[in-house]
Amino acid sequence: MPPLLQIGGLSKRFGAVVVADAISLDVPAGQALGIIGPNGAGKTTLFAMIAGAVAPDAGRVVFDGADITALPPERRCRLGVARSFQIPRPFGGLSVFENLMVAAEFGRAEKSANPARDCVDILDQCGLADLANRRAGALTLLQRKRLELARALASKPKLLLLDEVAGGLTEDECVALVALVKSIHATGVAIVWIEHIVHALLSAVERLVALHAGSIIADGIPRDVIADARVAEIYMGIPADA
Amino acid sequence: MIARGFHIERGGRAGAAWALAAAVALAAAPAYASSATLGLLAQVFAYIALASLWNLLAGFSGLVSVGQQAYVGLGGYCLFALTMFAGVPPLLAIPLAGVVGAALSIPVAALLFRLRGAYFAIGSWVMAEVFRLLASQISALGGGSGASLPIRVVAAVAASRQAREFAIYWASLALALLVIGLIVWLLRSRWGLALRAIHFDEAAASANGVDVRRVKFVVYGLAAFGTSMAGALIFLQKLRISPDAAFSVNDWTAYVIFMTVIGGVGRIEGPVVGAIVFFALRLTLSDLGSLYLLMLGVVAIAAMLKAPKGLWGAFAEKTGFEFAPLGQRVVYDNQTGKPAAAAGGQGDKP
Ligand SMILES: Nc1ncnc2c1ncn2[C@@H]1O[C@H](COP(=O)(O)OP(=O)(O)O)[C@@H](O)[C@H]1O
Ligand SMILES: [Mg+2]
Repeated sequence: MPPLLQIGGLSKRFGAVVVADAISLDVPAGQALGIIGPNGAGKTTLFAMIAGAVAPDAGRVVFDGADITALPPERRCRLGVARSFQIPRPFGGLSVFENLMVAAEFGRAEKSANPARDCVDILDQCGLADLANRRAGALTLLQRKRLELARALASKPKLLLLDEVAGGLTEDECVALVALVKSIHATGVAIVWIEHIVHALLSAVERLVALHAGSIIADGIPRDVIADARVAEIYMGIPADA
Repeated sequence: MIARGFHIERGGRAGAAWALAAAVALAAAPAYASSATLGLLAQVFAYIALASLWNLLAGFSGLVSVGQQAYVGLGGYCLFALTMFAGVPPLLAIPLAGVVGAALSIPVAALLFRLRGAYFAIGSWVMAEVFRLLASQISALGGGSGASLPIRVVAAVAASRQAREFAIYWASLALALLVIGLIVWLLRSRWGLALRAIHFDEAAASANGVDVRRVKFVVYGLAAFGTSMAGALIFLQKLRISPDAAFSVNDWTAYVIFMTVIGGVGRIEGPVVGAIVFFALRLTLSDLGSLYLLMLGVVAIAAMLKAPKGLWGAFAEKTGFEFAPLGQRVVYDNQTGKPAAAAGGQGDKP
């Protein structure tokens, strides 16, 4: 079976800054993949190119066997690509429940028989049930991040792109989040998770990719990637000769 | 995980009841109101329709058009052309004008949607000017100086003068109700959900599956449909048309923006309140001549400073009342697994 997501030679530059330098990456269906890399490495831009918000200068994105490089974000969402924004972008004047309803009504390949039921269940799963009728614009940052994840789930994705959803969580909240991500993964959804909280990431993913200045510098089982000398130097700030 | 029992509450029953009562009272107005009052009310209804449609575009969809007079004029000219040259009964010409406006809005939108923000606004105005110039080329309708509706067409509305006044009054009321009903239905449908999402974050809406362009296309087309019908009706009230009157940016856009802003942008009730206030001001200030326009300006500025969300916006925020709430509330049937006291909250304690 071909991989769910195939990225081939994806390049992007903003002015003189190269944020993606011919990135190639395959994600098999159902895999949980972590991405690490320093700020400005190009992680969020990679997500934006997969989800269709940013057009690459070169390269292609193949999803589920179809070339989606030229498709707009809404079409990709309906094919099964869901993205949570690093800086949450809730529909501020809509309730939390309605935020999910947008994705459930418009973001799915097949119409749900009961989208409201699905959304209530997802709110429950994400610990947002009590905030269902709260105006999304009135949520705290942490609640907004949770909403990003919940809304992404409401489109019933095959591939879930999570961009730094654990930042700022307490230890207990972090444990709960990892459990949530694992439970989503257990339903067969492939997950690509960008995260700085490495211990949270490592307890949920089976593969790790390190990105630096628009290039993949390490890719493999998490233990090896973390131990990689270049990763240690660039990402952890540990000089290679230390 | 236990699935929770729940239902969705939309609210708005009280508002619907009030609206229905008002509609019935207004529909019966020919039984008790003078001919002059009916004529004035018919104008108010037409403006309520226009302002509600402009609010749908600018207030709910972020499409700030200053060129909706293109469709008012188009509707008016359709009425004249259809009744005079094709023998269509005048009241039937009104919905037909709406269909023509909606059809024409498709290529117009294809052009205008390439423009964003202020450029869209300017583009919409330029488009209306093009329409005006084209209308002044129709020599069969008097070219630049316009035309009057022939007696035989006027008589086709109804035989007697009074029956005509009643018919036009009811048509105007029906149009206002239809437009408001259509907008409420749209905003409460899944399209409305998409529209509200777009309003708050276009990129996030598109990332979650909403085809932003398509939704805006549909809204623009609906607005063109309603605005063209209003145009046809307005010129059936006036019985005379000219390019300058039909495509007047002052009459069909400036006043309409005034009403919507005074009443409350982005609220269903806003344009209704605004239109009533506008006409009330006009009645009381019309003796002042050109000073009257100045007064309107003063009122608009005062309202924007004192009640930036409009009169209805200020009222709704104080009282929490809405005639047609757009949101959906989740109500859990019972809090499974939680003790009753916890579910009941503080209020239950003695
Ligand atoms: N739309 C944009 N226009 C210009 N520069 C951008 C844009 N988006 C991101 N960048 C720049 O590209 C680089 C990579 O950004 P980003 O993908 O957000 O990195 P990361 O998520 O790894 O921190 C940064 O230097 C950022 O400032
Ligand atoms: Mg980032």
